[in-house]
Amino acid sequence: MNDRFNLYRFASPATFYPLAGTLIPYFWALSAVFGLAGLYIGMLVAPTDFQQGEGYRIIFIHVPASWLSMFIYLVMAFWAAIGLAFNTRLSGMMAQALAPTGALMAFLSLWTGALWGKPMWGAWWVWDARLTSELILLFLYIGYMALTAAIDDPRRADKAGGLLLLVGVVNIPIIYFSVKWWNTLHQGSSVNLTKSSMATTMLYGMLLMAMCFWMYSIAVALMRARTIMLERERNTDWVKAELAGDVQ
Amino acid sequence: MFKIIFAVIGRDLKLAMRRQADIVSALFFFVIVVSLFPLGIGPEPDLLRKLAPGVLWVAALLATMLSLPRLFADDHRDGTLEQLALAPHPLGLVVTGKVIAHWLVSGLPLALIAPVLGIQFDLSSDALLVLTGAILLGTPALSGIGAIGAALTLGLRGGGVLLSLLVLPLYIPVLIFGAGAVDATVSGLGGEGHLSLLAAMTFASLGFAPWASAAALKIALE
Amino acid sequence: MLEADNLECVRGERRLFAGLGFKLEAGELLYLQGRNGAGKTSLLRMIIGLLPPETGEIRWKGQPIRRNGDDFRADLCYLGHLNAIKEELTPLENLLASAHLADEDLSEDDALDALEQVGLAGREDLACKYLSQGQKRRVALARLIKERRPLWVLDEPFVALDVAAVDWLAGIISGHLQRGGLAVMTTHQLVAIPAGTVRELRLS
Repeated sequence: MNDRFNLYRFASPATFYPLAGTLIPYFWALSAVFGLAGLYIGMLVAPTDFQQGEGYRIIFIHVPASWLSMFIYLVMAFWAAIGLAFNTRLSGMMAQALAPTGALMAFLSLWTGALWGKPMWGAWWVWDARLTSELILLFLYIGYMALTAAIDDPRRADKAGGLLLLVGVVNIPIIYFSVKWWNTLHQGSSVNLTKSSMATTMLYGMLLMAMCFWMYSIAVALMRARTIMLERERNTDWVKAELAGDVQ
Repeated sequence: MFKIIFAVIGRDLKLAMRRQADIVSALFFFVIVVSLFPLGIGPEPDLLRKLAPGVLWVAALLATMLSLPRLFADDHRDGTLEQLALAPHPLGLVVTGKVIAHWLVSGLPLALIAPVLGIQFDLSSDALLVLTGAILLGTPALSGIGAIGAALTLGLRGGGVLLSLLVLPLYIPVLIFGAGAVDATVSGLGGEGHLSLLAAMTFASLGFAPWASAAALKIALE
Repeated sequence: MLEADNLECVRGERRLFAGLGFKLEAGELLYLQGRNGAGKTSLLRMIIGLLPPETGEIRWKGQPIRRNGDDFRADLCYLGHLNAIKEELTPLENLLASAHLADEDLSEDDALDALEQVGLAGREDLACKYLSQGQKRRVALARLIKERRPLWVLDEPFVALDVAAVDWLAGIISGHLQRGGLAVMTTHQLVAIPAGTVRELRLS
């Protein structure tokens, strides 16, 4: 009973705003720590790959970015479902706050993939299943941002965008399983929960970088969410007090 | 349940028959776009034969997209969409009727004209058969998925371009398997795998898209 | 039969009204009044079920309209600003089509009779795009003549009608109320409608 009461309190922007403000520096700090650790392992500690030489080290950016691009989309779809089911204001704001970071991760994944692919396969781009579905994911992010930007009423924008996210969510399992379903150029999944076929140090490096990107995403999304809250709720008392306080 | 679907199909078909210009211009667009490619690429038969499935499919996608705004916008503008939403039937069934009517009026003609255009590209008769079948099988999915996009962008400025942006990424799997079926036939591997996936996509989208579109329409009608 | 309970409306970022409620029984007319932008149209859209209220609910015959929407809409007839007619169809086809969609039986004779009553005799086979604005509005109003559904929701039905037409429409609505129907109406012109109880709801 108490838990539920607390949760509903944080569903109100007026309560969530200061909470987010307190948490943001911690997430930046965590991101920096994980990033340094991950880059240390990735650049210095992990051994030179037998087949691919030094160039493979871009995997420490590429794989975490890919993971995050899919994970962020799932989080956005989760918020979309909550928003559509319970008509909460905050879920729509969170989804919109996450979108640019998700798009960035997808773009980073494709771009680092191309930089890796050129020396590896001799081509900047290959039309295999995984790359194509990652490209579709980037288009979905851009489509979501375009749709929400085109709708003036914020509530309608949240709902329409949320519906789009849920329709596109079928793409995520396609990306994930595409490497199994189609034997194409992209190397098979080499990281799974039970056993890993690559050196443990490489795995740790990627996991640390993934944590770094994840903390960064949370920090940036919270910052964006705060701005969205101020903009949408600008007619309420708490926002007017907040802005007056800043001016002083 | 089927009564309302047939009623909506009948209504939309009657309206389409009185506005034939729209349908015919989308069809002409398809023909012109397809015919532009040999002019741009050059007349070499081997090259044209290889490009044909992709070219025909992309042109079919674009022609379908041209006709999508019509799906809900006309009814929205004169108030009949509201009346459809206020009918004592689930809006999803009404949308199913509209999607089927849309396919009959845009997808089906494309599928019938495609083999004629395929001859321009020197495709074998096997390939032409598979191409027609693939377009017949895949265009209902295009109408279904397109309905979701049309419903989401109803009444927005920049609607047509935004609609394309939303819908084209979702069309990509249909394109890949539709063109792939013809490629596989030509190379001797057989297009059955691609065609069955295409069929699965069409059934899935016809089952699911009308309800997603109905939800989007309700959001737009608020 | 129609009840509204604790309705709240938020449009864009403004709260238009809160804590709004009313009850309407058979034979009663509800006038919605208020300045432009006060939320009359939003309230109408909530009543017909197209706009979900922020809080509160609407009940028809005791059941929330969210729950059995199909049954509610089978009893509902809505006439808004737009005529809801297809320009490519003739007035006759339009009337028959809208009755068919509502699962109502409307014979061709009845439809022709309705069109005659609104003064469109002789034009029932002309595509509506060839009619004037006033004539198109009359096609929309003709729906009400043979309309048997109990709940009528009308958004400014008297707008752009001449005096005779206003009297005529008032008579149609009055007949509906006398048969035990209900009506919810917004209007800028207060028109006397001979009826049982008239309730007024003013939004500010």
